[in-house]
Amino acid sequence: MSEPSQSNRSPYQPPESELGPGLQTYTAITEKISSTILTPLLNTPKSWFFGLAVGFLLLHGFLIGIPYLLYEGTGIWGLNVPVGWGFAIINFVWWIGIGHAGTLISAVLLLLRQQWRTSINRAAEGMTIFAVICAAQFPLFHTGRPWLAAYWLLPYPNSMDIWPQFRSPLIWDVFAVSTYLSVSLVFWFMGMIPDIANLRDRAKNRIAQVAYGMLSMGWRGSAIHWERYEMASLVLAGLSTPLVLSVHSIVSFDFATGIVPGWHTTIFPPYFVAGAIYAGFAMVLTLMLPLRNIYGMHDLITDRHLNNMAKVMLVSGMIVGYGYFMEQFMAWYSASEYESFMMSNRMFGPYGNYYGALILCNIIVPQLLWFKRFRLNVYSLFVVSMFINVGMWLERFIIVVGSLHRDFMPSSWDMFHPTFWDWAIYIGTMGLFLFLFALFIRTLPMIAIHEIRTLIPVGHKKH
Amino acid sequence: MNHEPAGPYGLMAEFEQPEDLLDAAEQTYAAGYRKMDAYSPVPIHGLADAIGKKLTRLPFLSFAFGLLGAATGYGLCYWVSAVDYPLNIGGRPFHSGPSFIPVTFELTILFAAFATFIGMMIRNGLPRPHHPVFNVEAFARASQDRFFLCIEAEDEQFDLDKTRSFLQSLNPHEVSQVEH
Repeated sequence: MSEPSQSNRSPYQPPESELGPGLQTYTAITEKISSTILTPLLNTPKSWFFGLAVGFLLLHGFLIGIPYLLYEGTGIWGLNVPVGWGFAIINFVWWIGIGHAGTLISAVLLLLRQQWRTSINRAAEGMTIFAVICAAQFPLFHTGRPWLAAYWLLPYPNSMDIWPQFRSPLIWDVFAVSTYLSVSLVFWFMGMIPDIANLRDRAKNRIAQVAYGMLSMGWRGSAIHWERYEMASLVLAGLSTPLVLSVHSIVSFDFATGIVPGWHTTIFPPYFVAGAIYAGFAMVLTLMLPLRNIYGMHDLITDRHLNNMAKVMLVSGMIVGYGYFMEQFMAWYSASEYESFMMSNRMFGPYGNYYGALILCNIIVPQLLWFKRFRLNVYSLFVVSMFINVGMWLERFIIVVGSLHRDFMPSSWDMFHPTFWDWAIYIGTMGLFLFLFALFIRTLPMIAIHEIRTLIPVGHKKH
Repeated sequence: MNHEPAGPYGLMAEFEQPEDLLDAAEQTYAAGYRKMDAYSPVPIHGLADAIGKKLTRLPFLSFAFGLLGAATGYGLCYWVSAVDYPLNIGGRPFHSGPSFIPVTFELTILFAAFATFIGMMIRNGLPRPHHPVFNVEAFARASQDRFFLCIEAEDEQFDLDKTRSFLQSLNPHEVSQVEH
């Protein structure tokens, strides 16, 4: 079934335990993870309040920016005629890419039987949901009047008797992102049902008992229920895997189907997917490194996890580097005047510094991950992750603004200047993300308790 | 429940280790009991099999709904773009198949995933907030660190005293009566 038992592991898997020495019984695991939630609010670590407060503060950029946007229109952004796509699409692609690591960890690594994923999959899936929610705000609000946009985005019978245009990648995006959000939510929620039942049975507080009681759907851990549940997890993992690849491919079609030099290239889908994994793992580490420290989760998120995540970043980063190289190569090999101009403008034009910063963040700094001492040091790992978070945002900035600002006709060239509101709404979504994530770790199990239990060797018997 | 049957729902034995539950389940099945269920905080491989439950056919449901999703996605694009609202977009044919693939693909996944989840819940009879097994106080640990086997009173062989002594013979931590 979905959780391979210890006895049929491949001989190539390292023999060491996925868990640290402090957690070797069902009781200890249950206690460790659920106690972070089932404790009075004032016993929550101070850092949690700090995270929630910072998130709430930053969220105001969004809460104030969006009403003003709806009142005034998208003119409050720094968009102009050659650069008709600005922060909205940059941030959309950035956020949605971050989300991809959660699905990769929960689905792809499940199918590949990477048991170390178990400690991080729940939090990473939560990260996916919140990142996709943040991502969805941008295409939604860039329409200016989202309630009027519904009829050209969603196929519903309307009194104007018109339908969406299914040949447009923007419509594909609507379908891809909404499917991705829905399926991720279902997968996430389903994974939590047995753990919520555990919280229901341990809660002392009446409100918590009722709330978890309802959310647990009456789960009682029956053998046949587990059988179907495990099968459903496996099927959902199998469905999520092509889904996650399709989502960022479709996002890249937004660009690749256009004729703008720098966009019109077939390498985009794989290169975007690799970039998504890269950015996503960086964000997982950005969140998990502090969390592990705050909640003392060193037995659950061990050095082996950090090492593996760093290796995934290194590999996906190299694929991204290959993407950059191929863009350079094709600009030369295509012998297209516009392509080669785009590339020299990208490197040496007005946004050349951004390109240099991009190479530094995404290609040069992550080379430190070749060395084990940098992979296992939490500080260096955190710093490298931060560089990648910034670098992946710069990459989308280069692709969008760098390609648009000097297109075919020099008379229409212009620079893009992001406004205060561009930044306010972008930083506001970071606040939204942090705020939602803080609420999540306080109210729902951030580590999949029932899956961690299966890592205890005693839980398996060969038949 | 209008016609509540007289007597208990069944008898429940509590075990400390998954292996004990698995052994007990096999012995109970061998002793001829059929109406029973085992409860555990972790999925235990072979447990459903040991109490004689058939393997799930859930993947067929996922597949069928995946096909339905694909047909819906392509059908939607085709009907909208070629039948009800044909528009000339850059000279492309009204029925431009390749452009319809992304929507078709996404709806395939969407339908299959929801069918899998909803199908799993319906087949499991969930959500069901109240169930007789919850009346046993110790059962709260079924979601934490204990393993339970419940022989239901509906079983033909069920006899309160005999079944209780049979369960005792399996070396459980405790045997308790499950009330309705």
